[in-house]
Amino acid sequence: MAEVPEPTHRRRSHAGTRDLERYAGLFAERTTVMRSSAMRDLMAITARPEVISLAGGLPDTSTFPPQSFAAQMTRIAQESAAEALQYGPTEGFEETKDCSLEVMGAEGMLPDPDDIIVTTGGQQGIDLVTKTLVDPGDVVICEAPTYPGAVPVFCSYQADVVQVECDEDGMDIDVLEKLLGELRTEGRRPKFIYSVPSFQNPAGVTMSFERRQRLVELARANEILVVEDNPYGLLRYGGEPMPPLYQLDGGDFVIYIGTFSKILSPGIRLGWTVAPPPVLEKIGLGKQATDLCTSTLTQYFVREYFAERRWQRYIDDLIEIYRERRDIMIEALRNHFPAEATWTEPEGGLFIWATLPEYIDTSDLLAKALRADVAFVPGQAAYVDGRGRHSMRLNFSGVSAEEIREGVRRIGEVISEQVELYGTLTGEHRVPEPTQETEPNVVPFRKAEGV
Amino acid sequence: MKVAVLKGGRSLERGVSLRSGARVEDALERLGHEVLPIDVGSDLVKRLVAERPDVAFVAMHGVGGEDGTVQELLEILGIPFTGPSAAACARCMDKVQGKDAIDEAGLPTPDWFAFNQTAFREFGAADALGRLEETLGFPLVVKPSRGGSSLGVKFARSPGEVPQALVSAFSYDDRILLERFVDGRELAVSVLGDKPLPVVEAILLEGDRYDFEARYEIGRTRFACPAELSAEEERAVTEAALDTYKALGCSGFARIDLILNDEGPWLLEANAIPGLTDTSLLPQAAEAAGLSFEQLVERILDLALHPAAA
Repeated sequence: MAEVPEPTHRRRSHAGTRDLERYAGLFAERTTVMRSSAMRDLMAITARPEVISLAGGLPDTSTFPPQSFAAQMTRIAQESAAEALQYGPTEGFEETKDCSLEVMGAEGMLPDPDDIIVTTGGQQGIDLVTKTLVDPGDVVICEAPTYPGAVPVFCSYQADVVQVECDEDGMDIDVLEKLLGELRTEGRRPKFIYSVPSFQNPAGVTMSFERRQRLVELARANEILVVEDNPYGLLRYGGEPMPPLYQLDGGDFVIYIGTFSKILSPGIRLGWTVAPPPVLEKIGLGKQATDLCTSTLTQYFVREYFAERRWQRYIDDLIEIYRERRDIMIEALRNHFPAEATWTEPEGGLFIWATLPEYIDTSDLLAKALRADVAFVPGQAAYVDGRGRHSMRLNFSGVSAEEIREGVRRIGEVISEQVELYGTLTGEHRVPEPTQETEPNVVPFRKAEGV
Repeated sequence: MKVAVLKGGRSLERGVSLRSGARVEDALERLGHEVLPIDVGSDLVKRLVAERPDVAFVAMHGVGGEDGTVQELLEILGIPFTGPSAAACARCMDKVQGKDAIDEAGLPTPDWFAFNQTAFREFGAADALGRLEETLGFPLVVKPSRGGSSLGVKFARSPGEVPQALVSAFSYDDRILLERFVDGRELAVSVLGDKPLPVVEAILLEGDRYDFEARYEIGRTRFACPAELSAEEERAVTEAALDTYKALGCSGFARIDLILNDEGPWLLEANAIPGLTDTSLLPQAAEAAGLSFEQLVERILDLALHPAAA
């Protein structure tokens, strides 16, 4: 047997700038839109242990009973080790699809199991749908603000992303209708409309029943697909359940993206997509090219977990915990945010969207907040066009009650300082001054040359 | 040789610093040194005392690591370190101090006014804004005094935009400056020891030149190295940069940023610890001068251990 040489170094030698230029010539056109940003760098600091981070989007996995996890994994090891360690079918195991069906059934949906493909998280669903439908330059419509994780997907397929304003009732369908008309006159047909209709990430708003109906009708009339991303649908803390778009449409023009991330675990990377058969077939071919199949091991885990028939009880537990945290956050916002600020009061999900006076840029505010050891997601991350500069996304699911109170208090404090400063700068909140004009003789500024 | 690489820390530029640090560690290992990576935290002094490195490579950016704080500690502990002294770092980090020093040395820098928050909160400095806007003209630039990577730098195109720009800049520091906008070519001169490296020019790829935000957006700017300059321009630019380097008391290395227009070079600021990532300007300039990254790192170490060799 030939001698395998010892690796000479544990890390590769870094590329010099000339090398970078050499690689740059090889990069695909689409990578030009894959950019790092100063904001992403800023977000790196939010991971410091002393920072209270309301910037995450994490479910609280600490609530999952470890004994239960151990028992299920042991059973898999003892009874199905060979299968669980083997490749599986690209579209996923039938048993996994049954679990998806149970989850969808809980929200009143009854798709044909043959219309389902198991994916590596809901995120892969977004990627595969875009891969299947979008050519460079095609229009993709989404909400404004939209799920920050969807933007890089659309951009990597060089979609022309157009965002439609949201209000407390979700995407503004009047604006959407107008946009569709404009696109038609330009001879452009959007490929799909991406929406998180329930407890939207990041805005926390839920689309009203009337708008859901209109959206589905518009999609049918224009023969455009709607991609319904519904990770939080079962995490409802108040108000009346709302039918998913998929249910209203029956699955002709709605592609449905589901996930086990928020109701079980994001670490298992397991989701599913439901699509009309011709679309599903292409999605399947796309998935085969991407990763052959979703992890069989975690599919076995989900199967075991659902077999215990306790999954709905676990969601009920999560609802209790998250509802309390949401209420605490709203109370903290009322106590600590200035009167000029507004925020959404979501009936479910993981996020609250707060909007500040327009003279406060939340990306800059984050720098100040980090000095006070607290973090949030600046609103800009949820827009493709630089809007959202005065808003922020706050997460309440992955943080304790105490952290929520203290975190919101600290953010409120830095905002108040900026509000007060702006008032001083514009004279809006200035203490009354003598009426006669006085020379500003105590101002410690430097004279510029030539003054 | 045992080299401690100080990186990370709590500054807003932690991310860049970690990348700079990783690249330096890699080069040091390939140069055969014993590397002691330290993500700087409250145990820094303890670790340095326990490990006794021969030299510290400071790969930190922003407040804490680039403003003289870490350098001061290293001076007290008697550990030689790379880059400028604590005092020089403090002058470079604080744009107001830096511009004072540049101005006192008789070097051209755009007109400016500096304020701290107290001036506005307690002394009604807002009433003086109109007057200095008249002096500086529009657009004008608002910068936090201490801060790197252009964080918090805002352009105001009209009086109405000034308060908002001030609020943003004050998010980064309690002291800010308002500066006259000087239109021209954006150049950076890195100095190694007392030798200038080839000049780098930042060229805006798209959008009009008054789209100020684009300047700081990665991917919208291209860097040319060496910059296309006439011999006369190059001499003027490098001389101005070297004079600035000396005026600020820099040693080891630093990067001087300036604007070049028909009137000549306008000095903006000096960066005491410029980035060392694979897209940073100092390594690019070094490479244009024929120095590989390893050679650059070795030279920087040399300068730390034998300052007279500069």
